[in-house]
Amino acid sequence: MRSSLLSLVILFQFCFVQTLPAQEKQIAPENDQCIKCHTHQTITFENTLTKREDKRLMNPLYILDKNHFAQGVHGRFKCTDCHPAEYSHYPHKAELKLEPLSTCLDCHGGDARYASFQFEKIDEEFQKSVHFQKSGESFTCSKCHDQHYYQAKSRNSTEVGDIVLFSNQMCMSCHSNNNKFQLISDSLKPALAQIHEWLPNQELHFKNIRCIECHTQVVDSLSVSHNIMPKEKALKNCVECHSKNSMLEASLYKYKNLQGRSQKGKLHTIIANKAYVIGAYQNNLLNSVSIILFLVVLTGILIHLIARIVKK
Amino acid sequence: MTHVHKIYLYPLWLRIWHAINALGILILITTGITMQYSNPAFKLMNFELAVNLHNISGIAVSVSYFLFIIGNRLTHNHTYYRLKLKGLYTKLTLQIVYYTYGIFKNQSPPFPISEKRKFNPMQKVAYLIVMYLFVPGLILTGLGLLFPELILENIYQLSGIFLTAILHASLGFLTSIFLIIHLYVASIGKYPLNNFRSIVNGYHDTNIH
Ligand code: HEC
Ligand code: HEC
Ligand code: HEC
Ligand code: HEC
Ligand code: HEC
Ligand code: HEC
Ligand code: HEC
Ligand code: HEM
Repeated sequence: MRSSLLSLVILFQFCFVQTLPAQEKQIAPENDQCIKCHTHQTITFENTLTKREDKRLMNPLYILDKNHFAQGVHGRFKCTDCHPAEYSHYPHKAELKLEPLSTCLDCHGGDARYASFQFEKIDEEFQKSVHFQKSGESFTCSKCHDQHYYQAKSRNSTEVGDIVLFSNQMCMSCHSNNNKFQLISDSLKPALAQIHEWLPNQELHFKNIRCIECHTQVVDSLSVSHNIMPKEKALKNCVECHSKNSMLEASLYKYKNLQGRSQKGKLHTIIANKAYVIGAYQNNLLNSVSIILFLVVLTGILIHLIARIVKK
Repeated sequence: MTHVHKIYLYPLWLRIWHAINALGILILITTGITMQYSNPAFKLMNFELAVNLHNISGIAVSVSYFLFIIGNRLTHNHTYYRLKLKGLYTKLTLQIVYYTYGIFKNQSPPFPISEKRKFNPMQKVAYLIVMYLFVPGLILTGLGLLFPELILENIYQLSGIFLTAILHASLGFLTSIFLIIHLYVASIGKYPLNNFRSIVNGYHDTNIH
């Protein structure tokens, strides 16, 4: 009796501990009606004509990643918050395809709760970008920001590598995938590795800097600049990053550094930085030590030389 | 009556190594400084050019370093680098006293050059440190920066690249300091240019009384 009570307690604790982290990031239970099909390779549904259970293949492009969804900014949403409720029936009605979905601005525009993200200003900047200039309305925010999965990485993550990966995947989803690229354009995507051949250590760079670092104009009031400029205006000048007053401080490392500095002091942010950018991390202490050493050596030599000439 | 006696101290392979090494390291120092202190307002040279030159001469110096190691192994040149720790302190003191005092009193050097002894103790120690510590250290850290996937990502809290880069830059700086002293010390002697001629033609002149 005693031991079974104990095991019950342990079992309870086990369940509790096990489910706690998962509970934080769980999707709405109502979504089961959709994800029972939209997270699987196959679907089963009641064929109303034959009155039989049918098992078919799922369209692989419509399969969502449940965990990924749960981690996104809209992870607590019901599918039907955005999609028409009639989707709960299958086969989906053909007209449902035609219904326009809300855009970011429809929900976030003018909402004071999201003022710090400056949605309106982002929209303004985005409309100046080559993407919008060349392709107009068909290039929506959602083409980069998947509404299912988007996370506000650049302000919530403390790992530069993590931020860079997430951000660059947005661009790569088209620029290294012809199918999606051709949603917008009739031409083939240019090969990124070839275009950027002039950049040494290309892979290292793409892991440590975001595409937008070189392809947008930094707007000081925005944490993420959205004005992607024509390729002629892209940053090619190495010294913009590889120098003491690096532009990276103003863009990529801005949030991280601001957070880090206030929490742990400047030295720590510099030392613990995951990236070392030649030229940008000049250590003042090492600089002074080397200048002093250099001067000492030169003075020594000079004195010796003078003595040699005098005593000749 | 004094007459000049020539001894052959610097064999051809050594002179070839030394020429590649000297030129390479001069380029490495200039381009290294350009990158380390890059500044949009004051451009010593184009950054991209500096990176490429630095990579190329870094590889050239690394390859020629093996020439130095193999050459020393195969010839008797390595015997000049043999160091006895016993009495080293006294010998070093003697040499320092000579450089700072004796030389101005026209005393003769405590360790004159001969077929058996190419270097005085100070030279020997300096060359050993530079050739077996600084240069290999620079080569290894340089390779690490060229192929960052080779190095540890993190060492405790610190970034691996950061540590490697700091070590690389510090060793580079120390080697620059060595070079300045090396050049100056080579000019010491009756005729300041004699040693430089020697490292080109191989022969060292000694005056026999
Ligand atoms: C019985 C399985 C099943 C269920 C349940 C289901 N879907 Fe679908 N859904 C599909 C399949 C299969 C497709 C592929 C297109 C098709 O066959 O109609 C699809 C397509 C879609 C599309 C793509 C657009 C379109 O109309 O082609 C959306 C959006 C969608 N479903 C949303 C939902 C939502 C929201 C729910 C839950 C309320 C849901 N689905 C429930 C199977 C299902
Ligand atoms: C925050 C709003 C939002 C939520 C919540 C949402 N969706 Fe979507 N969904 C969209 C938008 C917008 C699109 C169209 C994307 C496009 O055209 O660029 C879309 C497209 C789709 C598609 C078509 C395939 C595709 O990627 O284009 C499917 C299938 C789908 N959603 C299923 C779901 C399911 C299942 C859920 C619930 C788990 C869900 N959605 C929740 C906004 C949402
Ligand atoms: C259907 C309305 C709707 C649409 C469309 C929508 N959002 Fe949201 N979004 C919300 C709501 C509501 C929240 C708050 C969710 C919560 O607190 O769990 C939110 C949260 C966010 C957050 C997190 C805010 C914070 O304080 O952490 C970001 C960032 C965000 N959305 C960006 C976008 C972007 C970018 C788009 C377009 C790709 C978009 N949203 C489309 C309604 C929407
Ligand atoms: C060409 C791709 C692209 C388009 C189009 C785009 N964005 Fe972004 N957006 C990005 C990237 C890249 C980031 C930075 C990545 C991150 O948030 O970690 C970002 C970041 C954001 C953020 C977070 C900013 C912050 O302060 O944390 C918001 C909000 C946002 N975008 C809204 C929008 C809205 C609204 C639109 C449409 C008007 C839009 N984006 C269109 C690529 C795009
Ligand atoms: C170090 C700066 C830098 C980074 C990082 C960078 N680019 Fe570029 N990119 C350039 C420059 C400069 C050009 C113009 C090259 C030219 O015209 O020769 C360019 C050209 C382009 C083009 C135009 C191709 C064409 O000819 O039509 C595209 C597309 C592009 N980049 C996408 C990206 C993407 C996606 C990423 C991120 C994975 C990225 N870039 C990262 C500097 C950069
Ligand atoms: C939905 C697909 C898509 C996404 C996502 C995307 N692009 Fe593009 N991009 C295109 C297409 C298509 C073009 C060709 C021009 C056009 O028709 O808009 C293009 C053109 C470009 C150009 C060349 C402009 C010129 O002068 O020719 C650059 C630079 C560029 N994109 C950068 C980026 C960056 C940076 C990101 C990520 C923040 C990104 N793109 C995300 C589809 C995309
Ligand atoms: C947008 C900013 C940016 C631009 C522009 C840029 N770089 Fe870099 N570069 C970086 C960053 C960040 C790293 C650090 C990667 C790491 O070590 O983690 C880096 C690393 C490097 C490295 C190797 C790392 C090292 O310390 O040895 C070299 C070499 C390099 N860059 C050269 C160049 C050259 C040459 C150019 C111009 C053609 C250039 N970079 C343009 C940001 C930039
Ligand atoms: C412009 C640059 C240089 C010049 C003009 C120069 C000049 C000389 C001269 C004159 C000698 C012969 C005198 C002596 O044995 O001390 C010598 C030898 C030597 N130098 Fe240099 N040097 C230069 C750069 C360097 C550099 C960069 C290194 C190493 C990093 C170096 C390492 C050596 C070594 C190890 C020897 C002794 C070689 C031997 O005989 O085994 N030199 N150099």
